[in-house]
Amino acid sequence: MEPCEFPHIGEHLAPIMERHGGDATRLLQILREVQDCFHFIPPEAVSCIASHLKLPRAQVEGVAGFYSFLSLSHQGEYRVLFSDNITDNMLGKPELMQYFCNKLWVEPGKVSEDNLVSVDSTSCTGMCDQGPAALVNGWPLTSLDRNRLDLIAELIRMKKPVAEWPAMLFEVRDNIRRPGMLLGEPFEPGAGIRAMLARGAEATLSEMDVSNLRGRGGAGFKTASKWSFCHAAIAEEEGSMICDVGGNPERFIVCNADEGEPGTFKDRVLLASYADLVFEGMTVGARVIGARKGFLYLRGEYRYLLQPLEAVLARRRAAGLLGENILGETGFAFDVEIRLGAGAYICGEESALIESLEGKRGRPRNRPPFPVTSGYKGRPTVVDNVETFACAARIAEKGGAWFAAMGTAQSTGTKILSISGDCARPGIYEYPFGVTVEEILRDCGAEDAHAVQVSGPSGTLVSWQEYGRRIAFEDLPTAGAFMVFHRQREMFAAAHNFTRFFAHESCGFCTPCRVGTQLQKKIMDKIAGGHGTPADLEELKHLGHILGSMSHCGLGHSAANPVLDTLRKFPGTFERKLKALSFEPAFDLDGALETARKITGRDDEWAHLS
Amino acid sequence: MSKTITIDGKTIPFMDGQTIMDAALAARVYIPHLCHNPEFKPHGSCKLCTVKANGRLVSSCTMPACEGMEVENGTKELNDERRDLVRMLFVEGNHLCPTCEKSGNCQLQAVAYCLGMMSPRYNHFYPQREVDASHPDVFLDRNRCILCELCVRASRDVDGKNVFGLSGRGIGSRLVVNSCSGRLGDSDFAVSDKAAQVCPTGAILIKRQGFKVPIGQRIYDHKTICQVESQGKTGGEEDE
Amino acid sequence: MNDRKKVRIASCSLAGCFGCHMSLLDIDERLFDLLDLVEFDRTPLTDIKHCSPCDVGIVEGGVCNAENVHVLKEFRKNCKVLVAMGACAITGGLPAMRNNIDLWDCFQEVYQYEGGLEGGRIPNDPELPLPFDKVHPIYEVVKVDYFLPGCPPPADAIWKFLTDLLAGREPKLDYEQLHYD
Repeated sequence: MEPCEFPHIGEHLAPIMERHGGDATRLLQILREVQDCFHFIPPEAVSCIASHLKLPRAQVEGVAGFYSFLSLSHQGEYRVLFSDNITDNMLGKPELMQYFCNKLWVEPGKVSEDNLVSVDSTSCTGMCDQGPAALVNGWPLTSLDRNRLDLIAELIRMKKPVAEWPAMLFEVRDNIRRPGMLLGEPFEPGAGIRAMLARGAEATLSEMDVSNLRGRGGAGFKTASKWSFCHAAIAEEEGSMICDVGGNPERFIVCNADEGEPGTFKDRVLLASYADLVFEGMTVGARVIGARKGFLYLRGEYRYLLQPLEAVLARRRAAGLLGENILGETGFAFDVEIRLGAGAYICGEESALIESLEGKRGRPRNRPPFPVTSGYKGRPTVVDNVETFACAARIAEKGGAWFAAMGTAQSTGTKILSISGDCARPGIYEYPFGVTVEEILRDCGAEDAHAVQVSGPSGTLVSWQEYGRRIAFEDLPTAGAFMVFHRQREMFAAAHNFTRFFAHESCGFCTPCRVGTQLQKKIMDKIAGGHGTPADLEELKHLGHILGSMSHCGLGHSAANPVLDTLRKFPGTFERKLKALSFEPAFDLDGALETARKITGRDDEWAHLS
Repeated sequence: MSKTITIDGKTIPFMDGQTIMDAALAARVYIPHLCHNPEFKPHGSCKLCTVKANGRLVSSCTMPACEGMEVENGTKELNDERRDLVRMLFVEGNHLCPTCEKSGNCQLQAVAYCLGMMSPRYNHFYPQREVDASHPDVFLDRNRCILCELCVRASRDVDGKNVFGLSGRGIGSRLVVNSCSGRLGDSDFAVSDKAAQVCPTGAILIKRQGFKVPIGQRIYDHKTICQVESQGKTGGEEDE
Repeated sequence: MNDRKKVRIASCSLAGCFGCHMSLLDIDERLFDLLDLVEFDRTPLTDIKHCSPCDVGIVEGGVCNAENVHVLKEFRKNCKVLVAMGACAITGGLPAMRNNIDLWDCFQEVYQYEGGLEGGRIPNDPELPLPFDKVHPIYEVVKVDYFLPGCPPPADAIWKFLTDLLAGREPKLDYEQLHYD
């Protein structure tokens, strides 16, 4: 066996372990801190954590290997991850990343020889309106250009701690361009809770019902139904009740702030500047379903929001809006714990999120049972989107009818859009549901837009012929992403980028998604390299069919959407890249001889293939 | 009076709490599967057992049966897609049947035969995977692992040992062993463990047994997996 | 039997062991029946060096070097129907076991560490086919029409396949004839 690199790791880890107690659900949080400490998870740490939490070592290794911000092999002391969303790419990410790598003498995906720095790509970091963006040791860098990268490279060479870097590098702007009832109207913390207490929990659920609020994460399930199912699940299971300290059956409310869909960044703004609204909504929901504990699952990319959010929670506790006897109501106890993700898009899927909250690999569960009956620790759990809770707070305050008066029949209220790509004014726009794509494009200053990717890669590609379509569950449902593509953009590049994204983010649980997303990516790579044929397009359609029908969860079901949409709406962007031949080898024949040419020193006619 | 579902028109009884797969197995109706073994908690990852229940595609090993449910199982459409899933499993690993002791007793191979797979069709990944021969009695060849997690479940739920786990993500998912070195020989794995008996492929092989039953006389050499299972035999019973 | 109606067949072995061809010979006396129906172009049996236009091309073995590609492309160009015969042609087979070994290590092992080779120099003669990084099945290099699995396919499977094909039927193997080993 190799000599132990960290013989005294136990001492290093002791304070971390102490902080988290022996709670195995905090495994992911512990691993995050160990990663920060050592820039990877040393094998000795895996063993140490396992014995401390009384978990099998293989399980700890399993979790550490699942999340992309954790690493079981050495990473640089400075780990710079460039956001790889198509919008970052359109703003010059590939060239900038190469420039940066050249400056620091490091290859993308590798660690520099002195272990000082590693550079790689990561999935969308949610800074699309101020890209190209990156993360350095988890902290967001925005509006990157050569000047900034020169400075960053210099700071790294000087080994300056990230905490001492100039603040302007980390500036994240809200860019709210069009506020509405959520973003534009003042909100006094506690107003929603007060109104709810005055009205009563049952009546508040009725208001939620009247409001017809539907989940803002994209799926659009009616929030009042979810809450009442969770409530009902408790009533049904008398006899086998697990109770909390107060003698109430235990149940949980979870805010899904794992905003991973590329092109979406509205939750970031809600959490940065409207956190009271979000926590207020959670507190209202907690009262309705009878939860005493809530979680905010914050995507790892937004860790910079952790401290500000903790501060909001502390302020709310001090104001009697969280904790025991909220606003003086005896027995109304609720508090929120924030848990961080670590780079896994799949954790936006509610059951994978719950697994992750439990400190496990983010693998979507089999359903039934649904989280409303069996969620966190097997208990009834409501998982809602950040924006959904913000809406719930407003509804508690102002009533369901007020809310239902906005939007369309089946899509009440407003929707916050995160607009990026080819437009003059990228940022946050809040519209009543029913707004047309055309109006939005006009407002954000998108000229000659050729297409819009609505709701990210898993959503819908809307071509210039469809700009009359409306943002609404009846037509174009969306979690909020709105990425604009100019006439001169090659739509193939977007589809290619999205297939790369899904291949990277597939959790690997089910066969069709684990393998199918890779096969899809390989064919797209082949076409991008100029070796595609019409047969490859047929293969893409075929794979799309299998992904859509056989996959375990929404990720796999929608992983072929970008390719299929682009093939249908912009066939030319593919066809222009194809060879006229009926067949092309799956790999670069001449390239596959390169190693042997190098070894033998040959370069004769027979050492090449055309 | 018992409740019933129909599978391809055939009426099949079930009890509350049973999945479509449970009911089918009890009635000796074969639904192709690899990650399912009735002795363990359903997993639902291989997706071979996907059926159309009341018009919706579901995994039969995890979907509870319900009164009057109409299930389509042996349709050409489903079998075509299952064949593609099997192909995916073949190309993502290194399944070189001529070199494998399990050949003829392998469920992956048997399902492929049963579904008439003439070629893997997709391009091979030829991944770099580790072989672990450190254990005195058992080989672990990850080249043939299909990530069904049967060994993980058997070790955890029956042996009470947690010898196996999964790490990595997506196509990088890999079987890991519960020991500091990561080697099977350094774990508390024993040849008598249930987990040593359940691998549907040749990823976990008991040493010195490989050719006790000669090629040509193995489980699936003359009978299809469908025939074998319809006679009530489940996987993992080969080589005694 | 009218000779002009005979189906012209070519076959070759690329990165294979000729085992599939041996299995073809195992159809024994049925070879005479076969010869009533077919004539052979380039095969290991005829010593014809290049393939001319044929009805059926049968390829054993995978693609491991540049020369394999030249032969395979010649077959594809000349044969109306191309058949991948055996595990190597279909999956890379045993030669693909080297796919997990770095090519440089392969060369060193063969030419530098192994005793008996004078000088231990890695040859650079242009007449030696240059190997690929990895061995591939033939369908990753050219379009293939039919697959006949097995290592080797049993003689009965080859017979069934060929007689189906020659009779204009879609080739279909019985369960016991379909094997990957």
